Amino acid sequence: MKILVAVKRVIDYNVQIRVKEDGSGVVTDNVKMSTNPPDDNAIEEAVKIKEAGKASEIIAVTVGEEKAQETVRKALAVGADRGIHVKVDSVLEPLAVSKILKKIVEKENPDLVFMGKQAIDDDCNQTGQMLAAHLNWPQATFASKIEVKENSLEVTREVDEGLETIEVNTPAIVTCDLRLNEPRYASLPNIMKAKKKPIEQINASDLGVDTNPRIEHIKIEEPPKRKAGIKVASVEELVQKLKNEAKVI
Amino acid sequence: MSVLLIAEHNNKEVKSFTLNAITAASQIDQDLHVLLIGHNADDVAKYLSEVPLVKKVLHIDNEIYENYIAENYTSAILKHADKYSHIVCSANTFGKNLMPRIAALLDISQVSDIIKVIAPDTFLRPIYAGNAFATVKSNDDKKCITIRPTSFEAAETTGGSAEIEKVDAADKTENTKFVNREEIKSDRPELGTARIVISGGRGLQSGENFKLITDVADKLNAAIGASRAAVDAGYITNEHQVGQTGKVVVPDLYIAVGISGAIQHLAGMKESKVIVAINKDGEAPIFSVADYGLEADLFEALPQFLEELNKLNTIQK
Repeated sequence: MKILVAVKRVIDYNVQIRVKEDGSGVVTDNVKMSTNPPDDNAIEEAVKIKEAGKASEIIAVTVGEEKAQETVRKALAVGADRGIHVKVDSVLEPLAVSKILKKIVEKENPDLVFMGKQAIDDDCNQTGQMLAAHLNWPQATFASKIEVKENSLEVTREVDEGLETIEVNTPAIVTCDLRLNEPRYASLPNIMKAKKKPIEQINASDLGVDTNPRIEHIKIEEPPKRKAGIKVASVEELVQKLKNEAKVI
Repeated sequence: MSVLLIAEHNNKEVKSFTLNAITAASQIDQDLHVLLIGHNADDVAKYLSEVPLVKKVLHIDNEIYENYIAENYTSAILKHADKYSHIVCSANTFGKNLMPRIAALLDISQVSDIIKVIAPDTFLRPIYAGNAFATVKSNDDKKCITIRPTSFEAAETTGGSAEIEKVDAADKTENTKFVNREEIKSDRPELGTARIVISGGRGLQSGENFKLITDVADKLNAAIGASRAAVDAGYITNEHQVGQTGKVVVPDLYIAVGISGAIQHLAGMKESKVIVAINKDGEAPIFSVADYGLEADLFEALPQFLEELNKLNTIQK
């Protein structure tokens, strides 16, 4: 069984985001970048399945600018066998990314495609479901547990009401929740070994996919700031404030 | 053209976030139709037809829709897409799972999680865990939109009398089977719509200690939330998680206890009207968004808080 894992390079989750003064976006120069956190869970799960003898090959793919290759390299360091970097010059919408990934799936014929449930930059939560639609494959989103069966997966999904379990026939798309597993750190020897693993470079423009933006970003702005609050000295004072000042209890 | 809203329900009741989505959808275009896909859900159809903002209910009744499966919903929705300028639903796990599948098949770039309708093609949406707001304009002919329910009031539910039109089922997928759903039944208000939310974090140190939270919640008739750290540690189940990848809540009062306030948690609660933080670390980032901060050991503060609440003659419900 072959597993394709899609990873995205995003501003590190610990970085305090700053909005550009001209309203054109957020500051990315000299800002720490990392793999989108739930994409790390997607890689980890693929590696665990391979370690359990249920997968033969893991391919990590990213769609992004030159430096996006770092996320593929990191995936190779934690256990992916080879990488694909689809190069693009601008930030693409999930619809365009899903069309590119469809081309990669058609080329590689994986049995499973894993990726994070949401990228923490645009917070769109679309790409996995869109790829599933393009391929007419089943989708198991927000996965917190995956059980590999013969020709199917049993996936536990985190939903508003609690947990839901569905069974999807393979080939299938799974989008991963942060609670799916505990992503490992790459060891130094594995980081060195990963440098020798192949990463195929593909230009998005060679794939014959319409990647033109459909959505105009008119303005990016800071959210309204909260009024500064106060510290109270005691529980008694807190309750009095809530009762008589804020009038919420 | 008109707006088609996809209802979320359990064949007995409409999920409350659908009512918030109805309000937003009617701001896009007043000719709002609701598509109800279910099995033996006539009561739900009737309920929706009485929502004054709804102009028409399309009702598909078939046993294949006993449980919600995105693939089956998508084929049913696509049969009606032609007639509408917008297809919308709530941006909770229901709509997040469903809408991109529809949008891709219509070759539409979806606009996710809107918090304001500026014009029928222009919307405000948070990005980067709510640390920036983007004004976006969709240039697709048709729009696929998901709506952050807590940013819109729930629609009135009585007084309307929309027509209910029965429509046919579509293809059923053979590739996805519903197995089960573990729903945790609770008498407490729902997290997404509660007037008061009290949340616990890693500071609680164990699942047993969450009793300190539940005691206060019972007294205030509050819903119980949690930080991701508390859920990851197994103190409490996932449906309580508030944050960027959990639920977004906007209660009148949010009480964060033993939560440091990572930006991912703030993303889920910082629009609350009044925020209280109880934390023994005076430098914790949660204090930067709190209207009332109490620097204290929660194991002393929570029992005292309950005691003080018990002294009050009345508590708002």
